Amino acid sequence: MAIAQSAPATDAGAEIRLENVSVSFGGRPVVAGIDLTVDSGEFVCLLGPSGCGKSTLLNVIAGFLPASAGRALVNGQPILGPDPDRGVVFQSTEALFPWLTVRENVEYGPRVRGVPRAVRAEAAQHYLDLVGLSAAADRLPGELSGGMRQRVQIARVLVNQPALVLMDEPFGALDAQTREVMQRELDRIWRATRPTIVFITHDIWEAILLADRVVTMTAGPTATFKTVAPIGIEHPRELTSPAAVELFRSLREDIAAEVSKTLQAQGLVREAAA
Amino acid sequence: MSSVSDTTLRGAQPAQPQAKPGAVAAFFNGRLGRWLTALGSVGAGVAVWQLLSMRLNPLFLPSPSLTLAGAIELWDDGTLLQSIGASLARILTGWSLGLIIGVPVGILMGYFGFVRRLLDPYVEFFRFIPPIAFVTLAVIWLGPGEASKVALILYTTIFIVTLNVIAGVLSVSELRLRAAASLGAGRVSTLLTVIFPSTVPYIVTGARLAMGNSFLTIVSAEIVAAQVGIGSMIWTSRNYGKTEWVFVGIILLGLLGFLCDRVVRWVAQRLLRRYAVPI
Repeated sequence: MAIAQSAPATDAGAEIRLENVSVSFGGRPVVAGIDLTVDSGEFVCLLGPSGCGKSTLLNVIAGFLPASAGRALVNGQPILGPDPDRGVVFQSTEALFPWLTVRENVEYGPRVRGVPRAVRAEAAQHYLDLVGLSAAADRLPGELSGGMRQRVQIARVLVNQPALVLMDEPFGALDAQTREVMQRELDRIWRATRPTIVFITHDIWEAILLADRVVTMTAGPTATFKTVAPIGIEHPRELTSPAAVELFRSLREDIAAEVSKTLQAQGLVREAAA
Repeated sequence: MSSVSDTTLRGAQPAQPQAKPGAVAAFFNGRLGRWLTALGSVGAGVAVWQLLSMRLNPLFLPSPSLTLAGAIELWDDGTLLQSIGASLARILTGWSLGLIIGVPVGILMGYFGFVRRLLDPYVEFFRFIPPIAFVTLAVIWLGPGEASKVALILYTTIFIVTLNVIAGVLSVSELRLRAAASLGAGRVSTLLTVIFPSTVPYIVTGARLAMGNSFLTIVSAEIVAAQVGIGSMIWTSRNYGKTEWVFVGIILLGLLGFLCDRVVRWVAQRLLRRYAVPI
C-alpha cells in the first residue's frame, strides 16, 4: 500500500517516560510527582476534569514548558524544547496560519526544515489525501468548517512523520456529529501511520473509542495518576457493546469521585475563610 | 371586533410601528443613500461657506467661486500641477523610505528584547519631537534641496510605523509561535514565516497613519524652504494677497490626503486579503 510505504514503520513511534515530574507557576504547583510511561506506538488518552493539569503535562512533553522538577524523556533523551518529531494538534484552529492555503499549511513543516520543493509537494499531497482534503487544498483555513480545519492540523503534523503526536482536546470545539466522524477518521489515520499518540480529553466515550490505554488524572492542584488497565476491546469499537458500557461506568465513577473531591475541597476552603 | 384584532395585531407585531423609519434607515444605509448623505453634507458645507463669504471681505474669506477661479488660474499657468507633483514626490519618497526602514526595525525591536532595549530610548525620545522642530536643522544639514524635505517625511513616518509594528509583533498569538516551533521552525524561520505575516495588518495601519503625518509635515517643510510644492504655494500666496490661492492649497491637501489613503486601502484590500487587514 502507498500509505505503508511513505509512513514510518510501527516501531518508529517514540517512547515517553515522565519521572517524578512537577510543574509550578510562580511557586504554586500545578502538577506534582507525575510518573508516566507511554510505549512506542501506543495510543494513550489522558482523561480528567478541567484544571487538573492535563494540558500542562502535554506542554512539558511538547517542549513548550520545562519541568520544574523530575525528568521528561523521549526515547531516553531529555526533552529540551519543541521538535518536529513531536507534533502537536491544538484544540484551537487559530494555530493554523490563516494567510496560507491548506496545502501551504501542510507544507509548512517540510518547508522550514529545508525539504526540497518537489519532495514536500508530494508529501503534502499524500497527507492531504489521507485526511480527505485534496479538494480543498487551495482554499484558506478561514473558508473551511471546524472539522476540516482540524483535518488540516492533523495533516500538517503528520507530514513531518513525527514519532509522537500530542493532541490537546482536538475535537473539543466540534459539534457532536462532526466529532464522531473525526474520531473514526483519527482511528483510521493512526492505524495507517502508527505514531505514538497522547490524546487529552474529558470525553469518556472518546477515550474508550480511541485509546489503547486510558489514564485518569486526579483533581488538582497536585494531580497524580490512576492508570487504568489497557482497553482490551477490538477495533473498530462499538460504544454500545457491553464491555464499552462497563468501562464507561467505571471511568465515570472514577472521575465523578475526583470532581466531588474538588468541590468538597473548595467547600472546606470557603468554610475556613468565612 | 376590530378593536380586538387591533390589540392582537399590536401585541403580535410590535415591530409594525417601526416599519416606516426602518425603510428610511434602510435607504440611508443603502449604496445610493450613503453617497447622497456624503454629497449632501459637502453641499451644505459649501453653501454655508458661500453665505458667509457674501458678508465678508474676499481677502478675509474668498467665496467658493472665487476659489474655483483661483484654482483655474493656478492650473493654467502650470503652478497647480507642478506643486502637486513636487509635494507628492516628496511624500511618496519619504514615506516609502520610512516604511522600508521602519518595518524591519519594528520587527527586530518587537522580537529581540535586546534590540528593543537598545533603541527604545531613541524612539521614546524622538517620537515626541514634531518634525517642524527639525525643519531648520534639516536645511542646515541637508541643504535647501529635496533631501531635507524627504528626510523630514521619513522622520515623521518612521516612528509611527515602528511603534505599530512593535505592537503587532508583541500581539502575535503564542499558539502560532508554538505551532511553528513544533513544526520545526527556528528563530529566523519564525521571524520570516510567522511574525512578519502576522504583523501585516499593523503595518498597514502604521502606513495609513504615517501618510496622514506626511501631509502635516510637508506643509511645514515646504513653507520654510521650497520653491515649489503645495506648502510653498500656500506661503507664496500670502505675498500676493491671494487668500483664494491659500484656500486652493488647503482643499488640495485634504483631497490628496484622502486620495492617497484610499489608494493605500485599495492596495491593502486587493493584495493583502489573506492577512486579515482591517479596513
